[in-house]
Amino acid sequence: MVLELYLDLLSQPCRAIYIFAKKNGIPFQMHTVDLRKGEHLSDAFAQVNPVKKVPAMKDNDFTLSESVAILLYLTHKYKVPDHWYPQDLQARARVDEYLAWQHTTLRRSCLRALWHKVMFPVFLGEQVPSETLAATLAELDVNLRVLEDKFLQDKAFLVGPHISLADLVAITEVMHPIGGGCPVFEGHPKLAAWYHRVETVVGKELFREANEVILKVKDSAPVNLIIKQKVMPRVLAMIQ
Amino acid sequence: MGLELYMDLLSAPCRAVYIFAKKNGIPFDFQFVDLLKGHHHSKEYVEINPLRKVPSLRDGKFILCESVAILYYLCRKYSAPSHWYPPDLHMRARVDEFMAWQHTAIQLPMNKILWIKLLIPTITGEEVPAEKMEQAMDEVKRNLQQFEEKFLQDKMFITGDHISLADLVALVEMMQPMGSDHNVFNSAKLAEWRMRVELAIGSALFWEAHDRLVKLPSWDFSTLDPTIKIRMSEFLKKYK
Repeated sequence: MVLELYLDLLSQPCRAIYIFAKKNGIPFQMHTVDLRKGEHLSDAFAQVNPVKKVPAMKDNDFTLSESVAILLYLTHKYKVPDHWYPQDLQARARVDEYLAWQHTTLRRSCLRALWHKVMFPVFLGEQVPSETLAATLAELDVNLRVLEDKFLQDKAFLVGPHISLADLVAITEVMHPIGGGCPVFEGHPKLAAWYHRVETVVGKELFREANEVILKVKDSAPVNLIIKQKVMPRVLAMIQ
Repeated sequence: MGLELYMDLLSAPCRAVYIFAKKNGIPFDFQFVDLLKGHHHSKEYVEINPLRKVPSLRDGKFILCESVAILYYLCRKYSAPSHWYPPDLHMRARVDEFMAWQHTAIQLPMNKILWIKLLIPTITGEEVPAEKMEQAMDEVKRNLQQFEEKFLQDKMFITGDHISLADLVALVEMMQPMGSDHNVFNSAKLAEWRMRVELAIGSALFWEAHDRLVKLPSWDFSTLDPTIKIRMSEFLKKYK
């Protein structure tokens, strides 16, 4: 039975897995779990991932959640080119370092930026105080600075001369505030250059395809009120 | 110059690295970065880790942060017994899955208990509203339940019959509230697993690593440097 991936390309980690699988020619069956329709809260999906989050993977009887774990699983199982997760001890450690760091920092502030700027007003119909948005964008800027000064520095990609899992996870994270209309590259010229390099290596067509949903996020239809009730507590927990 | 580990055992990620290195006979210089004296903000340490966090590893010219990355690096470089990070695809994926999930699901909520119960009242002199404490406790309870149902299940350890990095990281993080005399090991299953992990590590090493933490409630906070006090108050503000 072919590998199954449960994704919503609205989600940053889902985009990373989508791009990685497609780029490496890994055959998979895509199951779209529409977050804005609350499909992740269904009993059917709970069978795949009791934590009720995307992305989730099913490889015959083996289910797996957490995008970093899924990316590493695919890397080991499908024997992808070395640069994605180098054998070299120190280069590999650098990828691990980024993948660990991003959870509570860049991922979180990109998520908050999108929700405070777009999803709360447009999708949930809730106003966000301007001070809250300003604080969120300031925090995003701090994390973008760390991405640039600590991780990227003067290298072509985050870990060295070649693209790795770290770049894939980072680029899909910054697409969140980009989709939300935030000026991510203002004051971060090195990141702008890195973005174009990653887009080129991934391939413009695949990159566009993976980002189609997030780039249209400002056109989200307002949420159904019953769904709003169900998702609200989880949203608040997610962006705290 | 040999391997250097920059740590303060008040921090759970530091304890994981300390225990792993000691258990596997990995020789290292313990560079004490006293968090209570604000040493993580010192000029010397900021040169090692500009993010001002512990643990950090220095191996010759190579500097690495993020405990998960450090644990994987040590595992590989020193060829630790394979049960710590199993080569089996599915077992390894479970470890990766836990290591990704724990950042937000275990580490942060466990720290919040310590901050709310001890550090905020002692350092800022203000009590935290009971509601916030309840919220923090509920989150811990929910996530521990998820830990039992999804990761532990009816096994001895997370990957099955042997301790792995996942059990080590899980336990040191769940010990964090002990720094405020709070014990989260309320279910029989969790308490039994805790004991198994302690015994697999070795009780002497386990309690040696936790000595500074369990003595925290009786630490004389009046000796806290005023600058450190201000810094910590700033940091703790958002959890009040």
